[in-house]
Amino acid sequence: MKSAVVVFPASNCDRDAAVALEQITGTKPTMVWHGDAEVPKDVDLIVLPGGFSYGDYLRCGAMARFSRVMADVIAKSNEGRLVLGICNGFQVLTEAGLLPGALMRNANLKFVCRPVGLKVEETQNVFTRRYDAGQIVHFPVAHGEGNYVADEDTLDRLEGEGRVVFRYAPGDNPNGSMRDIAGILNEKRNVLGLMPHPERVCDPLLGGTDGKVLFEGLVEALS
Amino acid sequence: MTATKTVTPEVVREHGLSEAEYEKIKSLLGREPNYVELGVFSVMWSEHCSYKSTRAHLKKLPTKAPWVIQGPGENAGIIDIGDGDVCVFKMESHNHPSFIEPFQGAATGVGGIMRDVFTMGARPVASLDSLRFGEPSHPKTRHLVAGVVSGIGSYGNCMGIPTVAGETAFHKSYNGNILVNAMCVGLARKDKIFYSAAKGAGNPVVYVGSKTGRDGIHGATMASAEFNEDSEEKRPTVQVGDPFTEKLLLEACLELMATDAIIAIQDMGAAGLTSSSSEMADKGGAGVEIDLDKVPQRETNLTAYEMMLSESQERMLMVLKPGREAEAERIFRKWELDFSIIGVTTDTHRLIVRHKGEVVADMPVTSLSDAAPVYERPFVKRTPMTGEPGFDASRPVMDSLVRIMGTPDMCSKRWVWEQYDYTVMADSVQRPGGDAAVVRVHGTNKGLACTTDVTPRYCRADPYEGAKQAVAEAWRNITAVGGVPMAVTDCLNFSNPEKPEAMGEIVAGIEGLGEACRALAFPIVSGNCSLYNETQGEGILPTPCIGGVGLLKDVNRMASLAYKREGDAIIVIGETGGHLGQSVYIREIEGKEEGACPPVDLALEKKNGDFVRTLVESGTVDTVHDVSDGGLLVAIAEMALAGGIGATLRMNYEHDRFIPVFFGEDQARYVIAVPEKAADAVIARARKADIYARHLGYTGARSDGGEPVLQGVGLPPVTLARLRAAHERWLPEYMAGKS
Repeated sequence: MKSAVVVFPASNCDRDAAVALEQITGTKPTMVWHGDAEVPKDVDLIVLPGGFSYGDYLRCGAMARFSRVMADVIAKSNEGRLVLGICNGFQVLTEAGLLPGALMRNANLKFVCRPVGLKVEETQNVFTRRYDAGQIVHFPVAHGEGNYVADEDTLDRLEGEGRVVFRYAPGDNPNGSMRDIAGILNEKRNVLGLMPHPERVCDPLLGGTDGKVLFEGLVEALS
Repeated sequence: MTATKTVTPEVVREHGLSEAEYEKIKSLLGREPNYVELGVFSVMWSEHCSYKSTRAHLKKLPTKAPWVIQGPGENAGIIDIGDGDVCVFKMESHNHPSFIEPFQGAATGVGGIMRDVFTMGARPVASLDSLRFGEPSHPKTRHLVAGVVSGIGSYGNCMGIPTVAGETAFHKSYNGNILVNAMCVGLARKDKIFYSAAKGAGNPVVYVGSKTGRDGIHGATMASAEFNEDSEEKRPTVQVGDPFTEKLLLEACLELMATDAIIAIQDMGAAGLTSSSSEMADKGGAGVEIDLDKVPQRETNLTAYEMMLSESQERMLMVLKPGREAEAERIFRKWELDFSIIGVTTDTHRLIVRHKGEVVADMPVTSLSDAAPVYERPFVKRTPMTGEPGFDASRPVMDSLVRIMGTPDMCSKRWVWEQYDYTVMADSVQRPGGDAAVVRVHGTNKGLACTTDVTPRYCRADPYEGAKQAVAEAWRNITAVGGVPMAVTDCLNFSNPEKPEAMGEIVAGIEGLGEACRALAFPIVSGNCSLYNETQGEGILPTPCIGGVGLLKDVNRMASLAYKREGDAIIVIGETGGHLGQSVYIREIEGKEEGACPPVDLALEKKNGDFVRTLVESGTVDTVHDVSDGGLLVAIAEMALAGGIGATLRMNYEHDRFIPVFFGEDQARYVIAVPEKAADAVIARARKADIYARHLGYTGARSDGGEPVLQGVGLPPVTLARLRAAHERWLPEYMAGKS
């Protein structure tokens, strides 16, 4: 399985994503500079990592969306390659129109870092195929703008098409997102965006391995 | 600021220089200084940059050990942690700027200390912050807490460096002078350390990072003076931070550091271009010539004075090998940072600055460093406070415990640390809330244990003993997680050194630090002094903050303070005499700040601590908490809350001894929890090593309804739910304006 991690100016979870990918897929991902024309031609999975790309200038992900390499990321996602956007990566995906909705400021207006319970709502997709539907997992969140919003029609569509993949467990929503949404799929189900960090829970020493299952699912799907 | 002014006695005074200092400048230059030169001397000879009041005493501190690679004198201290890895760390204060403008003051404090670490070639891997605010009822406190915490978070989170530990405490002596001490810990390879000594002549001097503006001018002088009613006007002296640019700067520097193009590098911190250029030249035994026309400027018509004194953030100064400029520039342009060759090193040992074709400053480099004044200020050591405070023995212990857990100093600081990303970099093995943070050394099984500690009320009662205690507590906290304490960075926060009693606190404090560091083989490798923490004549409690770093050989052999199993034996290591002087109990429950501070027996600290560490390293014990503020019962409560598991104490004491036993703050103690079947062996081992160990009770107590409780002989049960509510409630309610 060939993966790539895009590095925007002030992405800061790129190494974390690369370490998780290497450990679980067995292959080092290519680190792709935002200014490059394209990601590697044969890539299976493109990861947009967490961080504060462009210092969150204007809106989180608003500038990164226009990075040179994004044209190819969009093209490849349209072809059906897999794209995983984590935290700031999710924000970039919504800004780029690869996912609907927007990530607004946390309801309590503060940055929040803590482990959260997530319900895996949906497992009919490459990302969460190895979880059990309805399973509760724990990933850490660390964000100031994770409050997912969309109009009612979009939300209904997401629910109706089984595209809400992760939902914050009852009482555990850290940012006030609508319908407690934590992660969603695009229509073609090849692009996943989520605010919590699966790459930070792949090691029992760090508090759990719930995140590992996501990457293992990808390896399985692509082999 | 006017382009150039005539230097008059009034102007000299405004620059914070005394008449005697001005005379010395004249004799060093052989003439009157011009306005630019006066500005340069005023910042370089400020207390903050020159340490003129403390240098004579700081010499007494132990700074060496076989594992110390770099002691004080460089941008940060460096210790060898084996396998070719080194740890680079330092703590610095940003007190005065944070009081004036809390968000930016704290943010730039964090940014500055990170630069001090990565300028040496180390990738920062952990941030810690020791914060002291005024009393909660003071009208400014809430605003300062909100600003500082937000500022620290905004910078650290954007940099992607986890903020993993620290302290947050309150006391009225900080009403006019809050303390923000920021510590940064980084990792590097032993054969890839970068220093600031600009050796050799004819080498290009290069400026990289953000453009220079007018922010922060005289930040160093502001930090070297007390506050008065007009302090708010000092707002332009506070620097403004841009963590986005610093993250780019970090990556660009590390990328260039992977080559061998750099001869020397230093960040531009206090006194900006002035301090970096002169210090680099001084250390390298060279001179430096700078052309200010080449300095990237973000405002128009910057004067030479402004450019030399600007404390614009996110800038570094490098000396490169000739011929390597293009290679370096490519890297910095890729990261979209400014890059400019602004000067050259020389063999004249002079700092020469040109602007618009004219020489605007010309002075011997040593005049700014070696020749900077060193004062042996008169001091008077106060008699330490003595005596045992009286207390009402009939007060119910458990009610007092619940109350103490909900006080500003003792309460949960979750409101603070949940605003910090403490998991980024995926190596945070122990997070905020424990005795010490533990960060795994990336790609290995080693861990760095880090903590910040000081107990200012002890330091006021007895500046010498209190300083010893700060070192001992940092040492204990590292030991408690299973680490070997290796070295210290200190942040010495005191009031006005021109007052003999305050100077006495400084001298005694430094001596106490020295004694403890020597006895515990815990040398000081870097640090910072912040003096003049005084407003309208009222000074802060003496606050020598200790940042400790230690090593865990294997993070899988680590202890944390949470109870982990029901039915574990709870054992205390170290004897309880029942010392209530200067305790949290006496302050919070009896309303007095009285008594002698607890004495620190360093030999006993080492003996008890080394024993506890062997229990952790051997895998025998995984649950340890050191006993400090609040004493034994508070330690036990903290362990219960962290694990969500209750405890029953079956200690038998006379009722009138309850309060001293449960709340006394005797030093050199740890509480451990170990499966019952291993308890006897642990106690026997302790006895054999001549260590005091006593079985206190068991974990796992529950009420009839099945709720975890804390209870004991003569101690009615309190549910963990009630304790947790008290512990977690105070700070969020206070910050929401509700208490």
